[in-house]
Amino acid sequence: MVQENTYEPMKKVSIIVSQNSIENVYPGLILANGALMEGMDAVLFFTFFGVDAVTKNKMNNLQVKDVQNFMSRMPAPSGPMPENLTGFVTEKIKEQFETMDIPPVGEFLEMIHDGGGKIFVCKAIADMFHLTKDDFCEEVDDIISVGKMYEASAGAQIIYT
Amino acid sequence: MASLEINGKSIPVDDDGYLKNLSDWDKNVAEVLAKQEGIETLTDRHWAVIEIMQQTFKETGTGPSLRKLSKASGVPTKELYELFPKGPAKKAAKVAGVPKPTGCV
Repeated sequence: MVQENTYEPMKKVSIIVSQNSIENVYPGLILANGALMEGMDAVLFFTFFGVDAVTKNKMNNLQVKDVQNFMSRMPAPSGPMPENLTGFVTEKIKEQFETMDIPPVGEFLEMIHDGGGKIFVCKAIADMFHLTKDDFCEEVDDIISVGKMYEASAGAQIIYT
Repeated sequence: MASLEINGKSIPVDDDGYLKNLSDWDKNVAEVLAKQEGIETLTDRHWAVIEIMQQTFKETGTGPSLRKLSKASGVPTKELYELFPKGPAKKAAKVAGVPKPTGCV
């Protein structure tokens, strides 16, 4: 018997993505999309290396970071060890995602945006890396300061990844 | 056990209002469930989504992911959110008489 839930349901999440590896970016995307699917509002704020996930020429080429950790959880490769282990594991994970209906980063961002999710890039990092609106995918709503990020996050639980 | 009263018939539903048995479903039931979810009129586009929802459930035992729902029905994600506001996969499942989808995407 599930205990009666007396808490207010979650209404909004604001997720900060600060890293560019597959294992860091996907949780943020899944959390944001999952929130929208539950009827909640979602905000994504990309900062530091996380901006790669919304940078046109990088977003669909993200790689795994902790190769050994992944290797220990998947079947050993048949034949000799691949030379480019990172590339090998990344491809395997992408194949696995596809079977689970988890889309590539670009398509995932489109889904989130189409579902009403807001997507922002951190202004300080855009300035630091000399990136402008043209460098980012069209789903990016704006490049904003941290102050504006808090404004956009009004009423939300903020999750840092 | 919770139930839904439609035209003098009592239809069992779970705690979240999802039909227990798809065999209890018909278009009348769908319209009542849709109104409960704030959808006043079911259009051809709604019915296309409902059909895919039921088809996938019959084939796989669970409702499709949002991505699969969009691809199989030909209804873009944005429109899915317009047709079934605030959670298209779970609302479409409810109206279609299938259990709430358990997938994360």
